[in-house]
Formats: sequence, C-alpha cells, structure tokens
Amino acid sequence: MELKGAELEQVKNLLKPGDYYLSGNEAAAEGAIACGCDFYAGYPITPSSEIMERMAQRLPELGRCFVQMEDEIGSISAVIGASWAGARAMTATSGPGFSLMMEGLGYAVFTETPLVVMDIQRAGPCTGQATRVGAGDIMQAKWGMHGDVQVIALSPWSVQEMYELGIQAFNMAEKYRVPVVLLGEEAIGHLRERIRIPERVPIIRRDRSKDRPPFGTEEPAGIPPMPAFGEGAHLLVTGSTHDPWGVRRTEDPEVHQRLVERINRKILARREEICRTEEYFLQDAEEAVIAYGFTARSALYAVRRLREKGRRVGLLRLQTLWPFPEQAVDTLSRRVKRILVPEMNLGQVLGEVQKVARCQVQAYNQVNGEIIHPEAILESMERRG
Amino acid sequence: MARDMDAYLREEIQSTPFCPGCGHGILMGAILRAIDGLGLSMERMLFVSGIGCAAWIPSPHFKADTLHTLHGRAVAFATGAKLYNPELITVVVSGDGDLSSIGGNHLIHAARRNLDMTVICANNMIYGMTGGQVASTTPLGAQSSTTPSGNQEPPFDLCGLVAAAGATYVARYGVVQPLLLQRAIQRGLQNKGFSFIEALSPCPTQFGRRNRMGSAGEALKGLRDSLVSRKEASKMGKEALQGKVIYGEFVHG
Repeated sequence: MELKGAELEQVKNLLKPGDYYLSGNEAAAEGAIACGCDFYAGYPITPSSEIMERMAQRLPELGRCFVQMEDEIGSISAVIGASWAGARAMTATSGPGFSLMMEGLGYAVFTETPLVVMDIQRAGPCTGQATRVGAGDIMQAKWGMHGDVQVIALSPWSVQEMYELGIQAFNMAEKYRVPVVLLGEEAIGHLRERIRIPERVPIIRRDRSKDRPPFGTEEPAGIPPMPAFGEGAHLLVTGSTHDPWGVRRTEDPEVHQRLVERINRKILARREEICRTEEYFLQDAEEAVIAYGFTARSALYAVRRLREKGRRVGLLRLQTLWPFPEQAVDTLSRRVKRILVPEMNLGQVLGEVQKVARCQVQAYNQVNGEIIHPEAILESMERRG
Repeated sequence: MARDMDAYLREEIQSTPFCPGCGHGILMGAILRAIDGLGLSMERMLFVSGIGCAAWIPSPHFKADTLHTLHGRAVAFATGAKLYNPELITVVVSGDGDLSSIGGNHLIHAARRNLDMTVICANNMIYGMTGGQVASTTPLGAQSSTTPSGNQEPPFDLCGLVAAAGATYVARYGVVQPLLLQRAIQRGLQNKGFSFIEALSPCPTQFGRRNRMGSAGEALKGLRDSLVSRKEASKMGKEALQGKVIYGEFVHG
C-alpha cells in the first residue's frame, strides 16, 4: 500500500511462523494480534465469542489490554476511547450486537477514528438463528448508520483470509482513519483449516503529527493526522459537526457540507486502491458468478464442474464489499452475457451489481441458516444455461 | 473575577453557552479550582462528556484533551481511554439524564469495576437542552414538558445507586456550596478508584420556570434552603425530610 504520513514497517510475527490448524475466529484474533492490536473490548455473542475468548487469553499475556464490557454499546464506545488514547483497538460481535453498535460506528466515521469491528454474521433478522450462518449484514455495515458515511468492509472466504484480512483491516483503519468491518460469517468463523503464519507482518501506523489540524485538510479528499490523548495536543473530539480543529460548528452549513463530503470522498477517491477482487477462469468466460465469503467457495466448486462440462464460466470473488468494487464488476459485465449473484441473504450485493452491470444479472438467494451448497449453484447455473 | 482560571481555558473560546442563572458555570469553576488546588497538569488530563448542557462544561472550554461523546456513553468511552493509558487523569463531566438514564448501565458497571476515574454529575433534575422533559432525577410531582400533570415516578438517589454499585468515593453538594463542592472534587480526584460527585445545579430556564421557582437567584436560594447535611438528616423524621436533599460524603476512604 502506498503511504503518505503514516509509517509502514515489517514486524516479526508473535506466533512462530509455520502451519497451524485454527478456526476462522481464532485466526482473525491472531491476525489482529500480529498486526499490533493492543486493545479489545467486547460482549459475548454467538457465533463470534471465540474471538473474544482468544483475546482474553492472548492480550494480557502480551501485556496488552482486554476488557469485557457491559454491552455492545459500551464495547464500541470503549474501543473509540482507546483508539483516541493511541490504541489499535477492536471489538467483535454478531447481528444483534452489530445493530447496537451502529451509533458508535457512526461516531467513529464522523470523528475519523481508526478501529476494527469483526462482525461474524449469523442468520437474522432479530435473534434469528443464533448458531446458524447468514450474510444479512452487508447493507447494515454501510447503511445502518444515520447520515452519509463510508466504511471499509472486507469479506474473507477462508481461515487463512480471516488471518490476513484481520491484519489488513487494522492497516486500512489506521491509514484511512476509518472504521473497518470484517464481515465474517458463522461458517468461516467456525471452520477449521490449515493456515500458514508468515514470518513477518506489514504494519501501518497512523500519522500522529501535531502540526496540522486533526479534523480537516486543504484537499477535499484528504486524511488529517491524528495525535493521541496525553500528548499535549489539547484535542477537541466531538461527534457534532466540527471545524478542522474540532471546535463544534453546529449551525454553519459550509462547515457541515465540507466535512461530510470529505469523510465520504477520502474513501471513494481511493476506491480502486482499497478494493480487492480475485478472478477465476474469467479470461474466456461468457458467463460469470460474482460471490463473496463462504458462498464464493461453493461458487468456485460449481464453476470448476461447469468448466469440466465445457461451459465457459468464471468467478469474480469480492474480497472488498465496501466501498463496492464497481470497476471490477463493470469491466466483467462488458465481457460476459450474464452474471449470477448467489448470496446468503435476499439480494444485498445483487443490488450493487445491478447498479453497475451492463449485462443480465440473476440472483440465487438462500436464507435458511445453512451455507449455499455447491450443487445448488451448479444446478442454478445449469437450469439457466 | 472569573479570570483567575484563565490558564485552564482555551483562549479562543470567549463565552459559555449556559443560560443566565444556570448553575453549571459555578460547577465549571469548582472543577478548575479543584485541579488548580491539587496542582494537576492539564496535559495529563482527559475530560469526557456525553450529550446535554453539562457535557459542554469541559468541551470546548477546557484547555486539555476533551472527548465529547454520544448521549449516555461518556463513561464507556472514558473506560477505554483510561484502561489503555492509565496515566490519563480521566474526568467525566455530564448531566443527570446522560449519566443515569440513557447511560445508567455504563455508570453502575464502571462503579462496580472501581475504575480510577472521577465522574461529576451536574444534576439539574430535567432534560435542559432538549426542552425540559422529565428525567430519572425529577422530583415526584414536578412539572416538565412531558409530565403535564406532574411527575408520577420517584427519582433515583444517584449517590445511593453508585455507592451500592461499588464506587469508592461518593459525595453530593449543591453549587450553592462551592467550597464544599470543590473539596469533594479534589477528594474524588485523589481517590484511587471510582469517584462520583453529584453537583446539584439549578436550571432556571427549563425546571425553574415550569415549577414556579422564581428568578435564577430565587432558584439558588431554594436549593440552599432544601439542603440538609447527613448529620442534620440523621436527627430528622421522614416527614421533616420531605422535599429536602441530603448533602455530604456518602462513601470515602
């Protein structure tokens, strides 16, 4: 990643490099730890609790801070407070807890507070099926807050990626001064796979300069520096509309417009730098599947089977969901005749694909608390072939 | 006269937003004089506040790090900052509705943990900023914009609540007792644990007018006349204590 102001360094991994057999939740916690996460606040909720349990063990061992809060609102609040005190801070939760965190997440967006939320999605709405899988929080991660906001949301499809995106989430949060949501799913959180722990981990640290205003830049898409409490910066942090130095300006239309536009632009102007996708068998494809998370595993299986049968089909896997990888979807839609979007919800990414795609877009939706079986995608493709 | 605390205030902020007769200005002075009396450096202090009039006491006036948070969440934000950097002398200043109603859960849990922070609750017995709605601290029978027939619910005894939850310094004084209030804040700051100071601060605009308390001066006099010390209260019967507020230190080392 290209850097300005922020520092990048390679640090030695705390786990001995090599192969491990871990669950997705354990791997995500280890990724966070490897990337310097030194504050965790959370509240138990299935199916994310293993992240907190791992943190409760590992962080104190490393002399870092762990606290179990009284609820999810308290958790996100403590994470924001710690981040301003200089921490690389995170929490983990699932649907109902994620709902409770929305106001705090909006505060973090507006005050440009780096933090990571790992939302291990379960079958909603409401309490739903607490132990079952779903992917119903995609829209909530972006639109669950009031007002116009941008966050970064990542979607891992393996235990290895729970680890790697756990690292990337922190680096992106620090670099762009934005909350990053790791949109895991129960099926990945509880999956056990072999993963490879590397020798070194890239770490991006926030720019802590005190010479420039912490809440404004000359550039309309700029990212200001962020000193910490206790460094003599006399920080004024507020969730009300504020000028570049943090002074409340709650009735000035220009200040509000400029601030809201900047916190949106700073992410959208870097969309292509942030967005990551992977292509499988797309070079000569006439039709494609767009998938993310666990569903992309099933989709890849289906694509391989269809290839064996001679169908020219490929897969575009979305690793970034917010900001939405519009460019990749647009490019793909100009090359293929149709796109299938299988999802463990009633069509949340589907709508985003439809916004940009120039070909036919079809959906395969399942909200029964189970993963989408590879055969189901295969059948769906064959039926529509 | 008020300028002796200049060194603790941001030069660029020239006036407070408080209504004439509001008790919060006296409380602001008491907080700064307590810090001054202890010789604490503002560079080491973090002031956290929620939403409401009292939340504007530290933010943006105090020349220190200030964190103006969400409604009810000041104590939880402060918990994160203090746990991560225990060197920060962490002070929460907020109102009764913010701390004890929407934020009540965070308040009792922070007290239970006996976290080393000082929470100063400016209790005006009403939601001032939003227009005078009933609070969890409004006296029985009092008028508010949401209790047109008078408040039907008994109020919280905030000091009793926080003491029961585990706070290790708990005191209540009115802003009409500025020196006692200042001393309580100093003791709270010195206590290595969770300190809670309830500062009774009249709201002439939203509470006083509706409840016919007269001018701002008369509201302050009314507060003064309602206060009885713990010692006096121990000799008074239940009936004599009707409409009275007990002041003093309820938990101390």
